[in-house]
Amino acid sequence: MTDNINILIASSNAKRQSAERSFRVYGIFAIILSLSFLFIMIGSIGLRGATAFKQSFVQIEMEIPSDKIDADNIKRARFGKLLKAALRDSFPDLKSRKEKKQLYKLISSNAEYSIRDQVLQSPEIIGTKAKFWVRASSDVDMYLKGYIDTNIPEDQRRISDLQLSWIGKFQDAGQIESRFNTRFFLGGDSREPEQAGILGAVIGSALSLLVCFLIAFPLGVFAAVYLEEFAPKGKLSRVIEININNLAAVPSIVFGLLGLAIFLNFFNLPRSTPLVGGMVLALMTLPTIIIASRAALRAVPPSIRQAAIGLGASKVQTTFHHVIPLAMPGMLTGSIIGMAQALGETAPLLMIGMVAFIVDVPQGITDAATALPVQIFLWADSPERGFLEKTSAAILVLLVFLIVMNLVAIILRRRLEKRW
Amino acid sequence: MNSVVMPNELGTTDYQTELIAGKSIIQARDVDVFYGDKQALFGMELDIYENSVTSLIGPSGCGKSTLLRCFNRMNDVISTCRVTGSIELDSQDIHAPEVDVVALRQKVGMVFQKPNPFPKSIYDNIAYGPRIHNMTPSKVELDEVVEKSLKRAGLWEEAKDRLDKPGTGLSGGQQQRLCIARAIAVEPKVILMDEPCSALDPIATAKIEELIDELRQRFTIIIVTHSMQQAARISQHTAFFHMGYLVEFGETGDIFSAPKDERTQNYITGRIG
Repeated sequence: MTDNINILIASSNAKRQSAERSFRVYGIFAIILSLSFLFIMIGSIGLRGATAFKQSFVQIEMEIPSDKIDADNIKRARFGKLLKAALRDSFPDLKSRKEKKQLYKLISSNAEYSIRDQVLQSPEIIGTKAKFWVRASSDVDMYLKGYIDTNIPEDQRRISDLQLSWIGKFQDAGQIESRFNTRFFLGGDSREPEQAGILGAVIGSALSLLVCFLIAFPLGVFAAVYLEEFAPKGKLSRVIEININNLAAVPSIVFGLLGLAIFLNFFNLPRSTPLVGGMVLALMTLPTIIIASRAALRAVPPSIRQAAIGLGASKVQTTFHHVIPLAMPGMLTGSIIGMAQALGETAPLLMIGMVAFIVDVPQGITDAATALPVQIFLWADSPERGFLEKTSAAILVLLVFLIVMNLVAIILRRRLEKRW
Repeated sequence: MNSVVMPNELGTTDYQTELIAGKSIIQARDVDVFYGDKQALFGMELDIYENSVTSLIGPSGCGKSTLLRCFNRMNDVISTCRVTGSIELDSQDIHAPEVDVVALRQKVGMVFQKPNPFPKSIYDNIAYGPRIHNMTPSKVELDEVVEKSLKRAGLWEEAKDRLDKPGTGLSGGQQQRLCIARAIAVEPKVILMDEPCSALDPIATAKIEELIDELRQRFTIIIVTHSMQQAARISQHTAFFHMGYLVEFGETGDIFSAPKDERTQNYITGRIG
């Protein structure tokens, strides 16, 4: 009899152990799978985006004649003409207009302005022959980075054989250099990929988030404090709680439409601005902040409240002297995570016109601006090959900001959290 | 058997007039407490005597903590809780509309079951009460109050060099004495203690008991305890509760040596509870 039972127990034990083993294997498999997806995603974006941080420059030797440039009025001089002349001088055997046009296309169409700026900075070079490093055009840049396949027929690629031969000559003469692309970080958007930068979008995002935080954090915290500490717990408060939870799940584009209808059409606030963008993002982030703040308030042990009330502190004193300071790390963390979510949000910003093509870096919350994810959307939509790497690079920048924000949230929580 | 007498017909005042001398500071008359529809206390009649320790004993759920929390209106915080009847402190009904609950809690301090110091420095823990009641206009006076309170709670020697360290860093027994120091810093008349030693080891418990005995000189203490030995050791008066009724009240010696009610007898000998 007992033998039988022992055998039964032994067999059930073996079953149980094998079930535990296989469950562990499933878990490890799931983690490996998701980690590899993450790795592939970030890896491919990183590989594509890395080249955007470099830009090819061409050295042009150019006459700065004192008779054509007025030293007192440098800005009015026609550097474009001079630059084209200098290019023609490098390859004197060109005849047809078509060939000349191809030659001009080697360098960025904005190159004349960078030469003008250099002359403005050091006017003493007027009257001499000077060497300038100017941006290569996006097509040349793409070719130099290896994105253009020269094996396909000439009429199907963006760079002709003639242009290839000129590039070869520049390379042999050491007149082509790959440099760190500072403009990508310090410039605004441009129609030309080699000129495009993300500073405008970064500042636009930062200003929007600032507005969003200034609105959503106090509103969210006070709403949470009232609901959790003061509101009578009844049917009404339950209905409000359910609705807040539902609001957190509303698609963000709906908030965009709401912003369009109310902020733009009713209140006539300026379109495409970080002010309205921040307000829309605040609408979207508010439920997240309220939910996180309520959870943080609920985590404050009731014994602390009792201690304060037992000493004769009023409800408001108890809340502001003890409960809120103890809940603050949790509230801040929740808010930062909500803001990180808002940073990555595109749809509501499209609705209020932050999708416009804006070259200038915004100077304030009422300047027209775009935001990082919208910039990614815009570039991803552009047909030029050069915007492909810009798109990936902008995604990398966005990811870096998101990681930094989440790290700040974790550090804040570690730093401020008090144990009891 | 005469114990068929219903508890609410017992008339606890009989014992009191018979046995107890001294000035009563709190008089509870006909106090009923309800949590929603459920009644937790029935027709409570109890006097608390000045400068003595009164312990409230009884099995779990008998209403002793509920009564304790009536004395400083801590039950106000629970929205479903309703208290009827009259409780007078210094001949003033504590439920009267002109009574400020903040002032009441300054007069009736409370120490809880689990030590609950604020996660602030030891100094700030003690100083919090005097600060919110605006008792000490100057920093010097506040320093004095902190020192005096810690000395009275027997914590000064251990804490004087670490006043700026968090109160949560102390041991359990020290934390509970810190909570007592915090309660007496606002100069209350009555201190309510809700099982103050149940989370402490025997050595810390002994220290607290000793402290309670000293504090009796200055304050009136009401203590809820599950330990009958503790009640016998530290209190002068004992009230035994059962199922929401006050069964017996009298001098501690009498309750433990010659209980009049059979349920008291059964409880203190360990047959119910």
